[in-house]
Amino acid sequence: MTDADRVTTDERTGGMSMADERATAGPRVGEGAEDRHRDQTGERDHITPSIELKTDFASTHTEDEATAGAAIVLDVRDVAVYYGDFRAVAGVNLPIRMNEVTGMIGPSGCGKSTMLRAFNRMNDLILGARVEGLISYHGIDLYGPDVDPVEVRRRIGMVFQKPNPFPKSIYDNVAYGPRIAGQRKGLEEVVERSLRSAALWDEVKDRLKDSALSLSGGQQQRLCIARAIAIEPDVVLMDEPCSALDPIATNAIEELIRQLREDYTIVIVTHNMQQAARISDRTAFFTTNVSGGKRTGELVEFDYTDKLFTNPGDKRTEDYLTGRFG
Amino acid sequence: MVSTLLDPKTKERVQKQITGGGVDWRGTAFVVVLLAALLVTLAVLVILVADQLQLGWGVFTERTWDFLNGTLRSQPDDPVIGVKQGLVGTFWIAVFTIVLAFPTGIAAAVYLEEYAPRNRFTSFIDLNIRNLAGVPSVVYGILGLTIFVQQLEWLTKGPTLMAAGLTIAVLVLPIVIITSAEAVRAVPQPLREAGYGVGSTKWEVIRHHILPYAAPGILTGTLLSLARAVGEAAPLILVGAITGRLASEGSFLDPGQLTERFTAMPIVITTWASRPQKEFVPLAAAAIIVLLAFVLLLNATAIFLRNHFERKREGR
Amino acid sequence: MSMTEARPAPRPMPPDALNGDTRRKAREMVVKYLFMAAALASILISVLILWSLVSEAWSFISQVDVSALNTIGWFPRRGLYDLPTLIVASLIVTGIAMLIAVPLGLLSAIYLSEYARPRVRKVVKPTLEILAGIPSVVLGFFALQWISPEIIQNIWSSAGPQTLAAAGVGVGILTIPLMASVSEDAMSAVPGSLREASAGIGARKMTTTLRVVVPAAISGLTAAFIISASRAIGETMVVFIAGGGGDGALYTADPLDPGLTMTAAMASVATGTDNVVGEGLTFQSLYFVGFLLFVITLGLNLAADVFVRRVRNVY
Repeated sequence: MTDADRVTTDERTGGMSMADERATAGPRVGEGAEDRHRDQTGERDHITPSIELKTDFASTHTEDEATAGAAIVLDVRDVAVYYGDFRAVAGVNLPIRMNEVTGMIGPSGCGKSTMLRAFNRMNDLILGARVEGLISYHGIDLYGPDVDPVEVRRRIGMVFQKPNPFPKSIYDNVAYGPRIAGQRKGLEEVVERSLRSAALWDEVKDRLKDSALSLSGGQQQRLCIARAIAIEPDVVLMDEPCSALDPIATNAIEELIRQLREDYTIVIVTHNMQQAARISDRTAFFTTNVSGGKRTGELVEFDYTDKLFTNPGDKRTEDYLTGRFG
Repeated sequence: MVSTLLDPKTKERVQKQITGGGVDWRGTAFVVVLLAALLVTLAVLVILVADQLQLGWGVFTERTWDFLNGTLRSQPDDPVIGVKQGLVGTFWIAVFTIVLAFPTGIAAAVYLEEYAPRNRFTSFIDLNIRNLAGVPSVVYGILGLTIFVQQLEWLTKGPTLMAAGLTIAVLVLPIVIITSAEAVRAVPQPLREAGYGVGSTKWEVIRHHILPYAAPGILTGTLLSLARAVGEAAPLILVGAITGRLASEGSFLDPGQLTERFTAMPIVITTWASRPQKEFVPLAAAAIIVLLAFVLLLNATAIFLRNHFERKREGR
Repeated sequence: MSMTEARPAPRPMPPDALNGDTRRKAREMVVKYLFMAAALASILISVLILWSLVSEAWSFISQVDVSALNTIGWFPRRGLYDLPTLIVASLIVTGIAMLIAVPLGLLSAIYLSEYARPRVRKVVKPTLEILAGIPSVVLGFFALQWISPEIIQNIWSSAGPQTLAAAGVGVGILTIPLMASVSEDAMSAVPGSLREASAGIGARKMTTTLRVVVPAAISGLTAAFIISASRAIGETMVVFIAGGGGDGALYTADPLDPGLTMTAAMASVATGTDNVVGEGLTFQSLYFVGFLLFVITLGLNLAADVFVRRVRNVY
């Protein structure tokens, strides 16, 4: 098997280095695993018996990868998030890679949204929320003492579950972010570029002064996406962005996400497994651990999407995917 | 086959129960009592306003402008008698309220809702403000007397219009805070999140999103507070409002008056209402009409604004 | 994106890249502290009120002859400071006021909340709220000019033109809108599901109202009562204009007599020619009565707060 072959197979994940490829195969590495990955017949044959796939990618990351193609943008190491005394999610290790769509799935209440909101410090808005462990962004600790959450949010944007455009015009919604970041000129170009990237330009270009609230739900959500990317963030976090939308609007947004991947890193929480299967490059599966009388979310498995869905390593993942629970 | 229909006797009995109840006398009487209470209330208040109109209207039709332009006099048939000095005083008290109480009150409300941590101290401040809103206005008069008239005499020059303005502004501050805080609390959380999400600072979120959204509610609160401020008399008595003749010429925009003795519409009304001569009655009523017009207009605007924006928001 | 194009390596990020602009942070801090100062001003006001009251009130009570506190009446300029005169007068006026405000206010509120059609409610409730803004001096004048001759003196011919009763009725009318408004809020807060449950069992509307809604709203209604009483006790101008008692008043427990409440007494000490800057115990009696009044209304407000909190906890 040549490297070229492997690269072609993994076209969807785009430009990963071989070192990286090998590393992510992790402890499972072995010819057979890769064969099966390439195979995708859906046949399940276990080679190494039930390896615990709560893979600790931390140990396999190397410094080299920062300079390689699919670098790790957000590195989550042993992170737990608390609301006061309540431990919402714990023991999470998750590398988010540049220009990939990383999906987070799992039953409700397992801490996916909590984890997502920790990435751009939105949890700061909630009283008593705190984060333990390390979330580093391009090597900088997001929760370091000198870090300004405002700066974080300018680089790591968010699209929310229910569209929440400002009660302003369409133009002002998109121009708002750049304006407060200090941009005075060239706003019209920024607005047009963002609306085009969000596949909304053609529908609204003649009515930019209209109120954003006059748009349909799907359009509003695309507007929120345009608003988020107007400030040219690195990462765009999406918290169940389609759950309030109808299937047609959902389709449009999924298509949009596929295109946005080229310029942005996307992390998407979704309770719709099929959606994750459709659009994410890698998927993390969370579940709730009710041991000890407390419900704490935890990351069970994280892998290439097709691998996770066709041949999950953990039984809990398998149960969830086949509908046995959740 | 067993019949599932009722036998005739049972059917008759049930039919009588369901339909033959008769009129609900007690229920009807109850509603009548309730309605009567409401109508009496409304009637009394309407009679009150009508009474003033009836008593004071003559004064208006006879000498409207002179009345509004006249000054305090001891004799009711003095042709120069009028309420101008009262209007000037009330005007400046309103200015003090708007300039001092409104910004401070709104800022305090924003602090309590957006900045303050949810701890015991914040709850204490909250409780304190609610108590202040219930303190009788005459006690604020004591505050005004002790602090603004006496302690700050170097600033206010004693029992002057400035002291009065400061006193009323302080009186009204808790109400402004409470109504503004309510308006800010009503701002939906998704709007805040959207603002923070694109990298706004706290002040930017407040300035660009929260305050505009809460503006109607805040405005309503300030209008109601202004109406209250303008109608207060007891604190002014304690701060030394003049009830007899007042020397000042009383032009509206002369800030020099701030350090002079003063009067205001509610005091003028009190004075004339308390005079034995019955010729003062129509004068007092006329003065009341002037004050009522202003106060009721403010209240009506505030309530109308609030209802209008409530409906608009719910419609979305 | 083609495979051959080298993807730009992520720009290396300096360790302080996320630290933010110092100028912006300074501005945020300034705003925060400015607003905090505004909030703390409220505490300053309370402190000033207490300070204004306490020092002079203490000076009064420590110097005054105890016998002067329980004599024939309240005549501060003559050194007679009979406190029961004022307290009883306050109780009478407040009592009469509540006798008027509570039934009329509560029953109006019940009608508005439970029976009125939405269109009626939409017109009547704002009207009540607007009328709640009528200044008390207007009520005082009305009490003197209309309530006293038409009602009080009509029924009890022995009564004079200025009586505690007339003042009481005036204060009552003044308080009705407040009582109605807070009570209506309390009853509107009762969830519709309770009414439905009661109707579902076959209760008539009156029964539902009296046996389900009113008991469910009782905390809020109690708060309404206390708030209205507090307002009635603190009312000055109606009594000052229509209640009689100029410089002083004899002790009386008869509402048909003229009298001075605590509030009106304070106002009357302060009026008169150039006696704002007074001295001697006459003037300090003002502070002592003010202190009493403050303590009473504070107690009532705290009690009302307890009941309001109960409402919030239930729903």
